Amino acid sequence: MESYINLFVKSIFIENMIFAYFLGMCSYLAVSKTVKTAVGLGFAVIFVLSITVPINFLLDTYLLKPAALTWLGSEYASIDLSFLSFIMFIAVIASMVQLVEMIVEKFAPALYGALGIFLPLIAVNCAILGGSLFMQQKDFGGVLESGVYGFGSGIGWFLAIIAIAAIREKITYSNVPAPLRGLGITFIITGLMAIGFMSFMGIKLRSHLWIILLF
Amino acid sequence: MKQKHTPSQKPSLFFVNKGKEALFSKKNRALLSDPMDDNNPITVQVLGICSALAITVQLKPAIVMSISVVVVMAASNVIISLLRNLIPNRIRIIVQLVVVAAMVVLVDQVLKAYAYDVYKELSIFIGLIITNCIVMGRLEAFALANRPWPSFLDGIGNAAGYGFILIVVAFFRELLGSGKLFGYQVIPDALYEMGYENNGLMLLSPMALITVGIFIWIQRSRNRKLIEKN
Repeated sequence: MESYINLFVKSIFIENMIFAYFLGMCSYLAVSKTVKTAVGLGFAVIFVLSITVPINFLLDTYLLKPAALTWLGSEYASIDLSFLSFIMFIAVIASMVQLVEMIVEKFAPALYGALGIFLPLIAVNCAILGGSLFMQQKDFGGVLESGVYGFGSGIGWFLAIIAIAAIREKITYSNVPAPLRGLGITFIITGLMAIGFMSFMGIKLRSHLWIILLF
Repeated sequence: MKQKHTPSQKPSLFFVNKGKEALFSKKNRALLSDPMDDNNPITVQVLGICSALAITVQLKPAIVMSISVVVVMAASNVIISLLRNLIPNRIRIIVQLVVVAAMVVLVDQVLKAYAYDVYKELSIFIGLIITNCIVMGRLEAFALANRPWPSFLDGIGNAAGYGFILIVVAFFRELLGSGKLFGYQVIPDALYEMGYENNGLMLLSPMALITVGIFIWIQRSRNRKLIEKN
């Protein structure tokens, strides 16, 4: 239990997809003009990440890793399909995104209109594929662990995009130097926020600490 | 994006358009040069930032990354452009992803075989070329509507514009952060003895964002038509 919470907190704050690895920056910069659309995209990312990371974990463990096919029989133990992992991961992600797109189109047409091109582009949101690739690197012990990691990373991404959208809504009232308006200032603010997030580095939650945090 | 080619009467699958237009006409040259400044993928179109920032601590990985992106973009633009009349609209994103992923796997294996140390350094970012928004963005915006040759040029041009920013950022980060270029020390020892210190902050990830922000600032104050309204 403790290790899951540790992993969860770590994936949200310390290894934040945006501030530590710059993953998913394209949609982060393009959809963060208003909080409302940012929330929609953030939820979509959480959903897709927490589904695709465990699925890709199963694929990786039982199909792609060196010696992953041992369950078929000992003669398959020498097969290493790991060069296929990019294609497999991206296929899973693309089909999940298609599913999310259909769900959103059916149940929240207004949100669908607001997200526009960026919904299908979640498929190419680096954060999603990045989650799966980090999962492959980190060698998780089980499906649950990878699911927690995916969910946590999604929440981290969600927090980041909400924060920048709120700041950008306010910054329209400030007198920013003309050449810096829009994209330039967003980059610099993100940089400053990333410096802030670096202060979480090295935090390791002990069990008594998170109980204190909860109350 | 600005340079849409007029659609030809008959869709043709030929690689070179037959004598109607010179191979390096003005229009085609603009495809190469526009992405360097006026229509830069990173600072103007806001595409492909994800991987641009994380690998700019040193020059060498940045250059390897730029070359990989040039190869992947040129190849996938040509392939998608050849297939553009055959791909059903509904599943085009999956088709594009598979084409790009196949190209990236090739690059990945080549790097693993011939440049293992850089490959280790780039770690997951080679795989992330698949989801580099530049590649997908140009496939959507250009290759699906244009012939192979202009698409090829567009791919090269945009990837070069991307690589240009990457190399500029990496140059400053490596120079100011560790006083080296390509791993060789360039700042003389005498300067260190006088009390000069490397700026360790430049090596941390936030400074990549701020460096790009400053780059955008400089670019837009020189090229004022790029300034945004708010």
